[in-house]
Amino acid sequence: MSAVSTTDVAQLQQYAREIRRDVIRMIGAAASGHPGGSLSATDMVTALYFSELHHDAKHPDDPNRDRFILSKGHAVPAQYAAMAHTGYFDRARLMTLRQFGSPLQGHPERGRMPGIEASTGSLGQGISIGLGMAMAARMDGASWRTYVLIGDGEANEGQVWEAAMSAAHFGLGNLVVMMDCNGIQLDGFVKDILDMGDVAAKWRSFGWNTLEIDGHDMGQILNAFAKARAVTDRPTAIVAHTVKGKGVSFMENNPGFHGVAPTPEEVDRALAELA
Amino acid sequence: MSTQLKAKLGKATRDAYGEALVALGAERSDIVVLDADLACSTKSQKFGDRFPERFFNLGIQEANMVGVAAGLASSGKIPFASSFASFLICKSYDQARMGISNPRLNVKLVGSHGGISLGEDGASQMSIEDIALAVSLPHFAVVVPADEVSCTALTRAIAEYDGPCFMRTGRPKAPIIHEAGTNFRIGGSATVRPGTDATICAYGLMVWEALMAAEQLAAKGLSIRVIDLYSIKPLDEAAIIKAARETGAMVCAEEHQVRGGMGSLVAQVVAENHPVPMRFVGVEDTYAESGQPGELHEKYGLTAAHIASQVEAAVKAKKK
Repeated sequence: MSAVSTTDVAQLQQYAREIRRDVIRMIGAAASGHPGGSLSATDMVTALYFSELHHDAKHPDDPNRDRFILSKGHAVPAQYAAMAHTGYFDRARLMTLRQFGSPLQGHPERGRMPGIEASTGSLGQGISIGLGMAMAARMDGASWRTYVLIGDGEANEGQVWEAAMSAAHFGLGNLVVMMDCNGIQLDGFVKDILDMGDVAAKWRSFGWNTLEIDGHDMGQILNAFAKARAVTDRPTAIVAHTVKGKGVSFMENNPGFHGVAPTPEEVDRALAELA
Repeated sequence: MSTQLKAKLGKATRDAYGEALVALGAERSDIVVLDADLACSTKSQKFGDRFPERFFNLGIQEANMVGVAAGLASSGKIPFASSFASFLICKSYDQARMGISNPRLNVKLVGSHGGISLGEDGASQMSIEDIALAVSLPHFAVVVPADEVSCTALTRAIAEYDGPCFMRTGRPKAPIIHEAGTNFRIGGSATVRPGTDATICAYGLMVWEALMAAEQLAAKGLSIRVIDLYSIKPLDEAAIIKAARETGAMVCAEEHQVRGGMGSLVAQVVAENHPVPMRFVGVEDTYAESGQPGELHEKYGLTAAHIASQVEAAVKAKKK
């Protein structure tokens, strides 16, 4: 990843807008799902699939592909949309989200959909799995990298910090964790439910190369990935400050849209805003 | 007809496991071994000493370790993750459920210090729920070797099996049950004593107790079959149904909670195929305590004498 051009950024922003529109349509059609956390993660997921990851939708089992684990599995509409836009499957299939018989499970399941690397949704597990992948790559002398996206609410889970300790101990420079800090979890604001204080300081104290960015600024996201590549002796944590429900005014910073689908009327309003 | 049974003590199954891992590691470069700061007790350290580049001690982090194993397996490695059976299964159950079982990954979980026979350390270290929990995980195979011979063979069998496995090993030295060269396979069983009046199914150290119970009953004129049901999932259903048909009474004996263990699974097979009187020997809905293994087996009813009394009850319950 060389210097980020303004054309790249503008193009990625356009993709992100399309993915947001798909997220709204999918969750609206399913009449269930998690719009808030999907929209807060959309810019990072877009940057991964359209720019950062070395992957080929036609060869999802390529042993040299980069791995991406969406540990906050409830945000999977954003991942499915990015996968459809990058050729993993037909976009029409997005509208089968959460339906009986569809491979687009409510939370990601490895084995049901080529390109999904881990079964997540039971929060806290993705970094450990990514850590195992990063160890395997290092043992094999392979250059592929592993990316894990977690939520800030998810970091309530002790396993997140077990894995954080462990990845630093093993010096896994081929592992990147993105933390989608949208400040809201299911029952309310993170600071009210379980205030974790300065999370960037926590990652630093655990021995990670730690970057703090605006998780909706495409240029900052791409720069963070480039900086992560430059540090090879320890893992990188990208603490991304985001807005839950980003892009849809009535969903932004609204805990009510953590796990509640928009009504058909709300879908129309949201799509109008994202036009 | 009866011969005097005298235990020839072999290695603990955990020792046989450690040695088998080293042998496998020499043959296959894709085997990676993990432990959670109990490597000197689970004996996975033997592998670590020989192949340090493929051995990772993750510290006291069972949940993280099982997740790491999932990541390794999905990247083409064959990870063996070890801890005490209680910690490995109980503390990492959800990681095994969603990380390994759901995507059907090729991970081997090997828990040592199974049952109550670890003795002095007491209830927190004892594993008497592991079998029930492990068999409830879809796709998982579950095996328990009774002695060093079967442990060596089953360590190889689970390595060759393409799917998730749980194997329980034990702390104390185990009497040798099987002859070298005996075939062990996932889904198999070994009839270690023929008999026609009743059958005892057992695994782990209970196989020896079952053999002694059969010996005691022989003196009373009863011919008792003993099956080492080392593969608890999948079960050797053919051998179980055959035993029910041919002997007409079944007793299951295990170092495990009597509810949810091997006995419950055997009962399902018997009930569906050839109902016969059954009795169940195991830990009766309680926790054990510190003590010597023999004292504990006595108190919690895991002895040959107790098994024998249950066999007599099952035989009595047969329809005349």
